[in-house]
Amino acid sequence: MDGTPDPNAIAIEDAESVRAQRKKLPLYTPRVKVFPKRVSGVFRRLKTTALVVLLGIYYLAPWLRWDRGPGAPDQAFLIDMPSRRAYFLWIEIWPQEVYYLAGLLIVGAFGLFLVTSLFGRVWCGFTCPQTVWTDLFMWVERWVEGDRNARIKLDQGAWTAAKITKRTIKHLLWLLIALLTGGAWILYFHDAPTLVQDLLHLEIDGAVLFFIGLFTATTYLLAGFAREQVCTYMCPWPRFQAAMLDEDTLTVTYEEWRGEPRGHRKKDQDLSGLGDCVACNQCVAVCPTGIDIRDGSQLECIGCALCVDACNSVMAALGRPPDLITYDSVSRQLGREQGATPGHRLVRPRTVMYAVLLLLIGGAILFSLWSRPSVGLNVIRDRNPLFVKLSDGSIRNGFTVKILNKQRRQRDFALAVNGLSDATVTVVGQGGAHSTVWLAADPDAVTPFRIFVTAPARRLEGKSTPFLFVIRENAADGPEEVQRHETVFRGPVK
Amino acid sequence: MPTKIEKDAVSGQDTTGHEWDGIKELNTPLPRWWLYVLYATIVISIGYFILYPAIPWGTGYTEGLLGHTERKALEKSMAALRASRAVYVDEIAHAPLDEIRAQPKLLEFATAGGKSAFADNCAPCHAGGGAGRPGFPSLADDIWLWGGKLADIERTIRHGVRWDKDEDTRVSDMPRFGADNILAPAQIEQLATYVLSLSGGAAEGIDIAAAAALYAENCASCHGPAGQGNREVGAPRLADAVWLYGGSREAVTRQIAAPRHGVMPAWGGRLDTATIKMLTLYVHSLGGGE
Repeated sequence: MDGTPDPNAIAIEDAESVRAQRKKLPLYTPRVKVFPKRVSGVFRRLKTTALVVLLGIYYLAPWLRWDRGPGAPDQAFLIDMPSRRAYFLWIEIWPQEVYYLAGLLIVGAFGLFLVTSLFGRVWCGFTCPQTVWTDLFMWVERWVEGDRNARIKLDQGAWTAAKITKRTIKHLLWLLIALLTGGAWILYFHDAPTLVQDLLHLEIDGAVLFFIGLFTATTYLLAGFAREQVCTYMCPWPRFQAAMLDEDTLTVTYEEWRGEPRGHRKKDQDLSGLGDCVACNQCVAVCPTGIDIRDGSQLECIGCALCVDACNSVMAALGRPPDLITYDSVSRQLGREQGATPGHRLVRPRTVMYAVLLLLIGGAILFSLWSRPSVGLNVIRDRNPLFVKLSDGSIRNGFTVKILNKQRRQRDFALAVNGLSDATVTVVGQGGAHSTVWLAADPDAVTPFRIFVTAPARRLEGKSTPFLFVIRENAADGPEEVQRHETVFRGPVK
Repeated sequence: MPTKIEKDAVSGQDTTGHEWDGIKELNTPLPRWWLYVLYATIVISIGYFILYPAIPWGTGYTEGLLGHTERKALEKSMAALRASRAVYVDEIAHAPLDEIRAQPKLLEFATAGGKSAFADNCAPCHAGGGAGRPGFPSLADDIWLWGGKLADIERTIRHGVRWDKDEDTRVSDMPRFGADNILAPAQIEQLATYVLSLSGGAAEGIDIAAAAALYAENCASCHGPAGQGNREVGAPRLADAVWLYGGSREAVTRQIAAPRHGVMPAWGGRLDTATIKMLTLYVHSLGGGE
């Protein structure tokens, strides 16, 4: 220590504040526009077929008629909100049976799991409404503005009259499709011919207008502008569908072992040492989400396989074997890299499990639909008062009995109590005490009845005696249907 | 805790510096349109500040251009409700009770209205659903002190029972056989046992003939020779299982010696005609209506 400071004695750390480091990272990324190129091939044809079939179903299904007899709507697919009924061909659903909707969603979920574990994101690539309408909007865009290069040029170019014209036409066509989409949605909730006539006569209901506007706006925004951003940022499905994929799942895959090292070709060039990929970037140009499949499987890939078509046309032109980009599984690719040709492994514990669950749940729903009764019985017992002591010492309980008649004719049911000896039943408003009373249930409706049950006090077990309400249709009116409802008869403490 | 911001080896992307069990979080920037959505919601919230009540200060608040208050909204919806009910209420106020009862829709409306009016005005004494309590008669059973026809029930509700301020009120009075020394305590006990025997109780330990004579002399004029009661004078039926002040021997003895007399206010001046009629129909529907 000689007293003079030595700056070299202080060690310099390779440190930087978190704030300083973070500043280098962008907080928000600007949108990178995607201009997908036109492509043709097997998967493009598949995608077009899916588009035509699905949109056909969507726009035409409300027009399908289905005769349900007089007084009932004759639309095959109809959700009738005001009268609380949903009609699907021969199936009629009451609000009480909304669990069939839950069942349908579960079947849909397991169907999606099964298909995804077998073939990857075919739902995303071919059938998701976001994909289908985006595809349609892109087709319109291409028709008006031209293919990829023309669109890029137009986008970067100045606002000339030609650009304004093209853009106007494109947006008008988009809006027209969006309007038709929103309009078709509403048809599932109203009688289609009547509603369209009303709309043509400008007799428009506020709620109808609101929903047409809502679905027009969302279609226009989501298919015209948001597009792949929906799949990348909004949709939860890409986030967890990875859980359904394994090494045997077919996905859109780049055969890296064959393609690399990639490189441009010149005539008469020595090709040894180069892979099959000619780095033409066709696969990137056609991708609707703008990714490079050669980077490997990634969240943004919707599995539409258009890059397969693009690459195959290049391979064919070069006289190279097809399927450098292919629909294949990781395990098969590993085998082929080693020179083997392993088969597809579709039957796996995972796929078997999904299939069995799908069959079980689907079967349960079908069985339940097929065997469901056409009459329901609900009983609500009076709580206030729990019971009434009558002048002769007997005890009376009050109930509200509701009969759900799911047929379109009035039906007479005999109501009796079972398990309560010497009890009599009185229908309020009809008078008289009987062992059996007849109740007339209105067609296609819930009919409530006020019912008094009177039992001698000596016959009761005490505070609470369990018994059954039984309704039985007059056997002469058709196949006998019986419904039971268990409840209790309350009385004084013994 | 952010540790060290570095590049992720596989993706080449920056990490946030957050690490859990060796897994590092990639820093994926949000798209810019996401930010614009946030700005849009801020703009919309400013719209709300301008249109709706928003900022409080000492004695008041910014009222907003729409002048909305919850109270006003409630008043509006209540007025709309009253308007939609008016057609029924008017009809109920003017139509005779029997006619209302013959129209299912009107009856349903009246019973529902009566139910809510009952809960507000009657249930504190008669209990919910008209179950009754000791001293307050059950309205759901098949026994009536003053009659169970619609007109009887309406009169009882309108004018009350032993309600001094109403000239047409229902009045009944039973002598205080014990307190006023009309009968001896032993006679009262005999009578109590006899009265209970009218509804099947054991007549033990009394001279039946003497007790019957005592009953005929003191009670039968109002309660009837066989204890069947008399609604004209409001004398309850004794030959049944329902007892307003209790059916034990002690309770009956007490009631003969020093009777309690319940009072019910006259509702004529308090409730409007339509409400009284709805109450009548509701009470009539509880199970005992005649």
